[in-house]
Amino acid sequence: MAEKTMRGAFPLSTRAIFAKIGIAPLLAALVLTLIILAAVFAPFVAPHDPIYQNPIMRLKPPSADYLLGTDNYGRDLLSRVIWGARVSLVIGIGVTILAVVLGLAIGLVSGFFRVADAIIMRIMDGLMAMPSVLLAIAIVSLMGASIWTVMAAITIPEIPRVVRLVRSIVLSAREEPYVEAAISMGTSLPRVLWRHLMPNTFAPLTVQATYVCASAILTEAILSFLGAGVSTETPTWGNIMAEARIYFRLKPELIFWPGLALSMCILSINLLGDWARDVLDPRMGKREA
Amino acid sequence: MPVYFLRRVLAAIPVMLVVAVFVFLLLRLTPGDPAAVLAGDMATPEQLEKIRDSLGLNDPLYVQFFRWMGELLTGDFGTSLISNQPVIDLVADRMWPTIWIALITITLSVIVAVPMGVVAAWKHRSWIDHLVMTFSVLGFSIPVFVIGYLLIKLFALDLGLLPVQGYVAPSEDFPGFAARAVLPALTLASIYIALIARMTRASLLDVLGEDYVRTARAKGLTETRVLFRHALRNAAVPVMTVIGTGFALLISGVVVTESVYNIPGLGRLTVDSIFARDYPVIQALILLTSGIYVLVNLLIDLSYSFLDPRIRY
Repeated sequence: MAEKTMRGAFPLSTRAIFAKIGIAPLLAALVLTLIILAAVFAPFVAPHDPIYQNPIMRLKPPSADYLLGTDNYGRDLLSRVIWGARVSLVIGIGVTILAVVLGLAIGLVSGFFRVADAIIMRIMDGLMAMPSVLLAIAIVSLMGASIWTVMAAITIPEIPRVVRLVRSIVLSAREEPYVEAAISMGTSLPRVLWRHLMPNTFAPLTVQATYVCASAILTEAILSFLGAGVSTETPTWGNIMAEARIYFRLKPELIFWPGLALSMCILSINLLGDWARDVLDPRMGKREA
Repeated sequence: MPVYFLRRVLAAIPVMLVVAVFVFLLLRLTPGDPAAVLAGDMATPEQLEKIRDSLGLNDPLYVQFFRWMGELLTGDFGTSLISNQPVIDLVADRMWPTIWIALITITLSVIVAVPMGVVAAWKHRSWIDHLVMTFSVLGFSIPVFVIGYLLIKLFALDLGLLPVQGYVAPSEDFPGFAARAVLPALTLASIYIALIARMTRASLLDVLGEDYVRTARAKGLTETRVLFRHALRNAAVPVMTVIGTGFALLISGVVVTESVYNIPGLGRLTVDSIFARDYPVIQALILLTSGIYVLVNLLIDLSYSFLDPRIRY
C-alpha cells in the first residue's frame, strides 16, 4: 500500500490518471469545482436576482426563463440555489480552518504536557457528550443569528474531534528517538512542538479536515432548516428548504433541488476525503480498502 | 470487574460536570442581561425584576452555579417560561414518541447494517461489497431531512402506502402507530445503518486476515461457522463502539426527523423551545441528551468484557 502511493510515475496520460485516482474522486472534484465556481461567480451565473419577489410569478413550473421554476414569493429557484452555495461554502471552509487551527494548538499542548492533558481532555469529553446540533442551536439562539455566530456555534462541537486526533498522534510521536534526541539537545519546547511533532499531524489532519468541512456544511443546513441559522433573507440551501416545507405537496422540487445541491456538495467532499485518506494515510486506508 | 465498574461510573461524573458548567455559562455569559434574555423582548420591568429575583442574579457566579447544581440534583430542572410547567413534566410528556422511534431505529439499524457489513466483508471486492460501500457513503452524505422528504414523496404521496406525517401512541392504536413510525425510523436509520455497516465490514476484514480464522477454515469448518462463531464475535467490539458514538448522530437526527414528520417528541420540544426562547427547557434538554449519551457509552464500555473475555479490567 505504502509503495503504491509513493510511486510518482510522470508523465501520466489521461487514462493513467483515471486508472490511478479512480473515477469517484475525479467526479467529486469536478462537482465540487462547479459548486465553488457557481458560488464565487453567483452574481454573473445566476439568471435572476435571488431575492427579487415577483408576485405574478408565484410557484411557477420550470420554463425557459425560470429553469427550475419559482418559489412561493415568485423568486427564481435556480438563482437561489446558486447563491445558496455561498453560505454553505463560507461556513464549511471557515469552520474547517477554525476547528483545525484551534484543535491543532490544543491537541499539541494536550499531547505534550501531562498536567494540561488531564484538564483539557475532561473538557473535550464534556463537549463531545453534548449533541452538536443541539449545542449549535443553543449557541445561535442565545447569541443571535449571524454568519459569525453560526460559524462559532458549529466550530465548538467540531474542535474535540480534532484535538483527540492530534493528541493521539503527539502521544505516540513524542516517544520517538528523534523527539527525545531533540529534547536532550536542549531544543526549546515550542520548537520541538513546531518542528518535530506538528509535521506528523499533517496527513491525518488533512483527511480529518474534509470530514469537518462536510459535517459543518451539513450542520449549517440543519440549523437553517430548523430556523436557527443565518437570517431567512439570505438564500441558503437550508433556508430554501425550510420555506418550501408548507408547499411540499404542491411543489416538492422546492425542497429537492437545494437538497440535491447540498447532498452533492457533501458527497463530493466525503469522497475526496476518502480518497485523501487512502493516499495520505495507508495505515487507515488498509482497514477500509 | 466491580472496581473497574466503579471507576468507569465515577469517570462519567467529571464529564457531566463539564457539560453542566458549559450549559450554565452558556446562559450567564450571553451578552446582555440574562433576565432580559430569559424574559424575551416583550417583558415588563416587573417581570424582569421577578426573574432576576428568582434567579438570584445578584449573587456571585459560583454561588449561582452551586445553587443551580443543587436544584438539578434534587430533580428540579426549572420551570418553562412559556407554559409555566416544571421542565421535568414537559419532558416526561414528550419523551415517549422519541423513545419509541429511537428504539425502532436502533433495532432496525443493527438488524439491517450488521448483515450488510458481514456480507460486504465476506464477499470482499465483489459487486455486493461495492453496493454496500456506495450505500454507506450516500447514507453519510444525504442529509436526514432530504432523505425524509424523499421517503414521504415516494411512499406516502406517490404510492399512498403510508400516512404522511403525525404520531399516534402505540397504546391507543398500534397499527396506526406502526404505520406512522416506519418512515421516521427509516429516515433516522439511514445514517446509522451507513455507520454500522461500514464499521462491521472494516472490523470483520481485519479479523478475517487473522491466523485463527485460517486455522478454523483449515479445520474444515463451514464458512458460516467461521464467519459467525469465530470472526464476528471478535469483530464485535469496534461495532459496539460505533453504535455508542453514533448515538450522538441519532440525537441530532431526532430533532430534524421529528420536525419533518411532525412528531410531538423531545426533538420537536427542542425546536419549539428555541422559537419561544424558552431557555430553561433548552438547558434541560442539552443536559438530558448529554446524560443519555454518556450513559449509553458507559454501558457499551462495560459490555466489552462480556463480548470479548480477553478484555479484563
